[in-house]
Amino acid sequence: MASDMRLPVLRKAVSVSSAGSDRADHKDLVVPGDVITSDPGFMRGHGTYIDEEKLTASVAGEVERVDKLICVRPIKTRFNGEVGDVVVGRITEVQQKRWKVETNSRLDSVLLLSSVNLPGGELRRRSAEDELTMRDYLQEGDLISAEVQSVFSDGALLLHTRSLKYGKLGQGVLVQISPALIKRQKTHFHNLPCGASIILGNNGFVWLYPTPGQQEEEAGGFYTSLEPVSLADREVISRLRNCLLALAAHKVLLYDTSILYCYESSLPHQVKDILKPEVMEEIIMLTHHKLMEQES
Amino acid sequence: MAGLELLSDQGYRLDGRKATELRKVQARMGVFSQADGSAYIEQGNTKALAVVYGPHEVRGSRSRTLHDRAVINCQYSMATFSTAERKRRPHGDRKSAEMSLHLKQTFEAAVMTQLYPRSQIDIYVKILQSDGGNYSVCVNAATLAVIDAGIPMRDYVCACTVGFVDETPLADLCYAEEGGGGSSLALALLPRGGQIALLQMDAMTACKGVSKVLDEVVRQHLQDVSVLTRE
Repeated sequence: MASDMRLPVLRKAVSVSSAGSDRADHKDLVVPGDVITSDPGFMRGHGTYIDEEKLTASVAGEVERVDKLICVRPIKTRFNGEVGDVVVGRITEVQQKRWKVETNSRLDSVLLLSSVNLPGGELRRRSAEDELTMRDYLQEGDLISAEVQSVFSDGALLLHTRSLKYGKLGQGVLVQISPALIKRQKTHFHNLPCGASIILGNNGFVWLYPTPGQQEEEAGGFYTSLEPVSLADREVISRLRNCLLALAAHKVLLYDTSILYCYESSLPHQVKDILKPEVMEEIIMLTHHKLMEQES
Repeated sequence: MAGLELLSDQGYRLDGRKATELRKVQARMGVFSQADGSAYIEQGNTKALAVVYGPHEVRGSRSRTLHDRAVINCQYSMATFSTAERKRRPHGDRKSAEMSLHLKQTFEAAVMTQLYPRSQIDIYVKILQSDGGNYSVCVNAATLAVIDAGIPMRDYVCACTVGFVDETPLADLCYAEEGGGGSSLALALLPRGGQIALLQMDAMTACKGVSKVLDEVVRQHLQDVSVLTRE
């Protein structure tokens, strides 16, 4: 089998002038230990601490000011959940009346038995029997989509799946990228016109799956189709996956339009070629062009 | 000492540096995409990789969970090909365990662990090529990796070794100078506040001084006793 091997190439330095000129609002960049201000009138936000009455940064990133509040947002970090965020996660543990879910957050999230829709309608009572058969609904390793219901004081997330759009995920592909690259939008569920669907979890977990035919109302999100997926669908999904990786490698914000434009630009190339650096660069440039055109 | 002249009459060292000159440092952040934070550093011929995972749920034994701050878990290892003689055990020997503990203490002083109760931060450091100053290079690499992971720290932790030859302090020792029988001092500090995170000294000269004192004490005692018993 022929394999593609290449030598390392010199990394291109991002020219500061070209990146900075089109942006009028100049961002303050700080590193840990940098004094942001010694004015005591400001409030201490995330990513800062008070050292000898001086407001000092504790992470490397951009300074954000909201009135009197100063925060520093790091470039890359784990997912900090907020109420209402859509997340995709993996079950790590089944406990009494709850599941533990890995969501790329600083602590495992909690999904209570009382905050899921069990098969058989919304108004079903949860009995002791349900507690014993929890593993039949969701077991270790299963993937779910859910929404953040609340955030505990230690930063752990409480999830719920009390809507038919959330629940167990069946056949598809999971792509993990930095949570910072997911654009916050009204909806994070999209049926893309190219023939696949996508769930853009706010936690950086993206789920690609074939667009389902008709929803099974009865199952309440626990029905997973085991029908074989057609080759065409699988190709579309693989192409989307590689497009997502390409977009993430070039730090492009992910939302339905950027993904679609990237998909369209990648069509002349074979799926496996998308990840080659030179092809990737070309596709991303085309995507940037399309996005700019759409904006203006 | 056996032949090796660590400091020439002109004031140059084995590798041509001046006494207080550091080795060439090259570093890079974000070398891996899988980890939360990673860094690679070269300090002369000493090369190290550091990887940070976390903060995440405490894995393994639950009992290690701390309710007011994060647990820091460090693992130091040396690649089997890192030294002139091939290493049998890349990690887990006593020297690595001690080094891991020192790294842990250093980063507990610098990382703001109280922001992440009940979680764990993993720091893995691997020496790819060893040419002296392993501890300090590891600290520098791990600092970059922690910053890359977006974990809050009070300040950079910077580390360097210093040696002492013929009454002259030498900065950033290489392997030959470290093994030359002189004293060596590893120092990790938070530069802005000037706080010291870790200070470790391996010295022969100081020990020689102590041995001289002990020797005198024993001889004195012997003499006293012998004088007393003769009476």
